Amino acid sequence: MAYSDKVLDHYENPRNVGTLDKNDPNVGTGMVGAPACGDVMKLMIKVNDSGIIEDAKFKTYGCGSAIASSSLVTEWLKGRTIDEAYAIKNSEIAEELALPPVKIHCSVLAEDAIKAAVADIKAKQAAKETA
Amino acid sequence: MSLNYFELFGLEPIFNIELATLESNFRKIQSESHPDRFVTASATEKLTAMQQATLANEAYLCLKSPANRAKYLLELQGITAISETNTAMPMDFLMQQMEWREATEDAVSAKDIGALDNLLAEIRLEAKSLQESLVSLLDAQKDYITATDATRKLIFIDKVSEDINRAIEQIDI
Repeated sequence: MAYSDKVLDHYENPRNVGTLDKNDPNVGTGMVGAPACGDVMKLMIKVNDSGIIEDAKFKTYGCGSAIASSSLVTEWLKGRTIDEAYAIKNSEIAEELALPPVKIHCSVLAEDAIKAAVADIKAKQAAKETA
Repeated sequence: MSLNYFELFGLEPIFNIELATLESNFRKIQSESHPDRFVTASATEKLTAMQQATLANEAYLCLKSPANRAKYLLELQGITAISETNTAMPMDFLMQQMEWREATEDAVSAKDIGALDNLLAEIRLEAKSLQESLVSLLDAQKDYITATDATRKLIFIDKVSEDINRAIEQIDI
């Protein structure tokens, strides 16, 4: 199967690979997995006091499309609010990367990773407020 | 109505199948439908034999692998264990997956086959315990919900073992 140029670019030069301090109260972590192919994706976002995402890092073990999807979303996330991040749809990711139908699930994985990371940061913030 | 994979090999539809029976009944169908036996047969007979051989292959590969067998048993119950839109797995399980992946990566860059072998042994142990729990979940308790979770885990574990095996082969070369 041929990958699109954008997938290849992200696959060969993935942006923002790495981790953030998971114990930082301003860092949210999203971990998801795709049983269909055994891919695992970890996405971490650092949010400032105004709810803007300042930094995003990812670590993905999976195929080129899964790596490209997570690399792309880390670029998209920076500068967005967590609510804007939550609204990102897998179809936007799939379209940007020109993913073929059999690889759509990679973009689903990336969307779910964002949602999980946002849910984690919201839970951390709620815990901080009640503390 | 067409036979399901278990019926094809005369097996009871359970997880804990007799692998020797699967093997021998597969060989039997394979030889019965072998093209050599149909050299002088009609086109229809040839086609039927070929379809039979293809089906037997597919069924054998499915039932031979514990993860696929569990997935297939759940399908017979109308449960789709693997959906592309369901990416939720227990957090501790995903953490463990990440750790195994990271350890594999480290061992590969250090060309440390010993470390990869140890990792593989640890993962096989986990696969074995999941398979044991699937025997009781699927065959005795008929707890298909919990069995679905265990099946999903087993598929992840198969994938990481495959990747480690490939890494070992590449280092060996």
